[in-house]
Amino acid sequence: MPKIEAARPLITPAVSARTLWIAAAVVAGLLLLAYLVAFDQGAVSRSGMYLHELMHDGRHLLGVPCH
Amino acid sequence: MSLSGNRTAPGYGAILLRGLLAGLIAGLLAGVFAYSFGEPKVDAAIAIEQANADAEVHAAGDAGHSHDDEDALVSRDGQKGGLFLATGLYGVAMGGLLATAYTLLRRRMRIRDNGRAVLGLAGGALLGLVLVPFVKYPPNPPAVGDPSTINQRTISYLSIVVIGLVAVWAAVLASRSVRAGAAEWLRLTAGLGAFLLIVVVGYVLLPTIDEVPGTFPPSLLYSFRVTSLGTQVTLWLVLGLALSALLSRLSAVNVPGKSDSVSV
Repeated sequence: MPKIEAARPLITPAVSARTLWIAAAVVAGLLLLAYLVAFDQGAVSRSGMYLHELMHDGRHLLGVPCH
Repeated sequence: MSLSGNRTAPGYGAILLRGLLAGLIAGLLAGVFAYSFGEPKVDAAIAIEQANADAEVHAAGDAGHSHDDEDALVSRDGQKGGLFLATGLYGVAMGGLLATAYTLLRRRMRIRDNGRAVLGLAGGALLGLVLVPFVKYPPNPPAVGDPSTINQRTISYLSIVVIGLVAVWAAVLASRSVRAGAAEWLRLTAGLGAFLLIVVVGYVLLPTIDEVPGTFPPSLLYSFRVTSLGTQVTLWLVLGLALSALLSRLSAVNVPGKSDSVSV
């Protein structure tokens, strides 16, 4: 809503070494989550094919290759 | 460069939280799109799969086998609900990745406005992660695809995703490598050239995959692919806009001194 461009501070977080480590861990976790949705066939989730079948339609419509 | 001025920039945690929230919103809206426009196509494709399977069963004289709902692990209704779980979780993952990319890359980006920076990153992801793979390996509905080649197809798909992202990155580097003060068209041409070079090499090197049976209705295949593309475009468009909106609120109420004291 506010249209005052000049007064608004830029969001530029400083990236410390600690932030980098946290970011790396977060990225690994998020990639695992994306893997579970898009590619897992029970190998990681230990759910058999249940999660795979449950998210079947989403996978097709998200453009991921499927059986 | 003192871009942040005398105010403290918000931390990674504050940005990440907003990314996850924007991702959830984007994933659920993409789910609504997929449910409304994609599910009828998935149903039609499964009906074709079913009819083919039934025909085979009758031809073999085997009456004991079926792919009906009763013996499926998850019913069709369950899968339609699971669609929202899939797009929601996928959106959360992409939202977190976008927020992380923003945190790590923001200072290197030559875009003044934060909202535009977020939209630029989301646009780059849409191009590299969705559009480049879509042209080489367009998504297929159920009843298309040989189960025995799934590993090969998955590896090829992931390869083109990586190539797409590298191509976008190379385009940015190439357009920046042009000397300062050069005309806009020169920088755009350099970026476009680098992008096309990498994408074309990727397209040529990766194997062609075409497992669409000759009997599958072409119009259904086409409309499925369009709705699949629409689902992914919805996800990245909403994700970019939502994170942009959430961050602009964050910067509007951001107070100097304490970066994570913002309550939204």
